[in-house]
Amino acid sequence: MNEDKPSPRIRTMHAQRPEKNPVVKLGPDIHAKIGMQLRLMYGEVVDQGVPDRFVQMLKRLDDPNCESR
Amino acid sequence: MGPRNNVREAMLEAVPSLRAFAISLCGNIDRADDLVQETLLRAWANMGSFQPGTNMPAWLFTILRNLFRSEYRKRRREVEDVDGSYAETLTSLPEQDSRLEIVEFRDALKLLPSEQRESLILVGASGFSYEEAAQICGCAVGTIKSRVNRARSRLADILSIDSASDFGPDRETRAVANSDIVCTNRS
Repeated sequence: MNEDKPSPRIRTMHAQRPEKNPVVKLGPDIHAKIGMQLRLMYGEVVDQGVPDRFVQMLKRLDDPNCESR
Repeated sequence: MGPRNNVREAMLEAVPSLRAFAISLCGNIDRADDLVQETLLRAWANMGSFQPGTNMPAWLFTILRNLFRSEYRKRRREVEDVDGSYAETLTSLPEQDSRLEIVEFRDALKLLPSEQRESLILVGASGFSYEEAAQICGCAVGTIKSRVNRARSRLADILSIDSASDFGPDRETRAVANSDIVCTNRS
């Protein structure tokens, strides 16, 4: 599945600038963009839900005398 | 069993977000899951120190972060394996364009100092307030704000999204375009 080119909105490492700008004023669009990317990335893991391992573990915690209910 | 059941439920609910945070800290899905498990056991054992009515997720995140920090201090050598095992966890997105963007974004995130990264994730992804993030990280609210600002600036710089024109037409159009692509690829 070839997208014809990488997204022009995000150009990574090649576009790094030599001078550093630790705190530049960022517009709301940039906040939104970064926020969206963050939530997408985070959401990939969150969407996996609760692995069974944890369900089982918490069940045992809840009822320590009866390991396999 | 009532109250304990409630606690168990609250813990269960926090697991997905705890895992996402843990992965962002250690970059490795297996270690992240171990970290979450240890966090839950630790929390359960120290339930007495949790004050009912206060923020359970923030409490769990604090425990997880402290566990990670002490473990990290112990074995400083294997730091961020963000390229390796983390990538394996990210197989669920079928859509190429945003998949690529996430990979690029994750690479950029990796370049941030860990304190900036965790602050940004707590506020920008986990959904904690600045106050809660400060509590979790054991620092002042102002420190969190400054870390988050620096993290955003640095990311914008790395990703070259320092002008609105880099977004394409506008946010709404882009959102629509993206969802179109998702639909096409899924069908």
